[in-house]
Amino acid sequence: MNQRDISEADLQAHVDGQLPESARAATEAYLREQPQEAERLAGYQRQNQSLRDAYDGALDETVPAHLTAAMQRGGSKFQRWPHLPHLRYAAVLAWIVFGGLIGWQLRALQSPGESGRGAPAFARQAAIAHVVYSPEVRHPVEVGADQEAHLVAWLSKRIGTQLRVPQLNEQGYALVGGRLLPGSPDERAPIAQFMYQDAKGLRLTLVVRADADRSRETAFRFAQEKNIGVFYWVDQKLGYALSGEIEKTELLRIAHAVYRQLNP
Amino acid sequence: MEDFGTQAVPVIPRLRRYARALTGDRLMADDLVQDTLERAWMKRHLWREGSDLRAWMFTIMHNVYVNQVRARIADATIPLDTEAFNVPACGSPVELLEVADLDAALRRLPDEQREVLLLVALEQLSYSEAAGALGIPVGTVMSRLFRARERLRVLLGGAPAAATGVLKVIK
Repeated sequence: MNQRDISEADLQAHVDGQLPESARAATEAYLREQPQEAERLAGYQRQNQSLRDAYDGALDETVPAHLTAAMQRGGSKFQRWPHLPHLRYAAVLAWIVFGGLIGWQLRALQSPGESGRGAPAFARQAAIAHVVYSPEVRHPVEVGADQEAHLVAWLSKRIGTQLRVPQLNEQGYALVGGRLLPGSPDERAPIAQFMYQDAKGLRLTLVVRADADRSRETAFRFAQEKNIGVFYWVDQKLGYALSGEIEKTELLRIAHAVYRQLNP
Repeated sequence: MEDFGTQAVPVIPRLRRYARALTGDRLMADDLVQDTLERAWMKRHLWREGSDLRAWMFTIMHNVYVNQVRARIADATIPLDTEAFNVPACGSPVELLEVADLDAALRRLPDEQREVLLLVALEQLSYSEAAGALGIPVGTVMSRLFRARERLRVLLGGAPAAATGVLKVIK
């Protein structure tokens, strides 16, 4: 091997002790003949050493507990996610938590007088429909849960897409039935309202509409209209809003169940 | 898979050392480590048992870092073609004084040169491990490594290596 075979890569490898055995003799011979080059490489080796001197201290420091916890079973917030059957499910959880946090922060930001004024039209519409129909004793719905198949077929036809009705019995809410409502003034499309109630007669309403903007899917969002909490989101071209006069965490739990049923 | 965490914990000090040299800031470094660990945990099923966990986690850290840097500078700057960036920013004595300190000098390296240099010189990864972690060919590792070393040397007050013919001095 003559001097021309020595590449800069060989010289770098010499610095790092990564030179293959086969190239070692020739490189060393080259460096004996070129003291200037040998000095340059020695300088690089001093750099290596100064880097280790400067940063090795980090190796001896106690690792902060929150970092170690990230890698220990049962100790961390992100431990449980991968145990869930589907990634989608994990994503849903994340959205719900995110939505909850955002909602919570919005609530904190709004002064009592302004509460709800900033809620988008859809959430507001859902809350109003809730207020109007949920106190109804004799005619809370147009079609009762006893005719569920008919209810779904009818509303699906009017909304223009196949709807599914989440079952919330596990959450303690039985389907009462549903009705058709006018959409917002600028959107002619009607919306569907499903009503549920628990053993004490406390009611929740779920409003579904074909969403005009088909491209977006949103996180769970929360709006408060007076005493009515509304979780709303867009998923697979449908907008949903779940309204109720109950604790936000409870409403969130149910919104979670609704989402999960619609996205099995 | 059960013992992923057990195997990963001893890697954390290495990640912290690298992150600190990479960012030059303790808090930023630990944030980077935390983000890396979270990502690693979520992706742990992708790690092949028996392969080098340390190199795998450096790969994740690199990706997290690149995304963070990209997000941070997205509005402020346009990316430079640093391969064409052969000329060290040397010159005035004042400038040299500013970078007399190694850490400050590291900040003056382009990210991609700093990453290569630190993985090889500080973390003592093999060239092919470093190439794997950064997702670049070994040849690119070698050229960046050379540029990083030369640049660092000049920043720290050494004369540019005219003999190599690669670095040019500004007149």
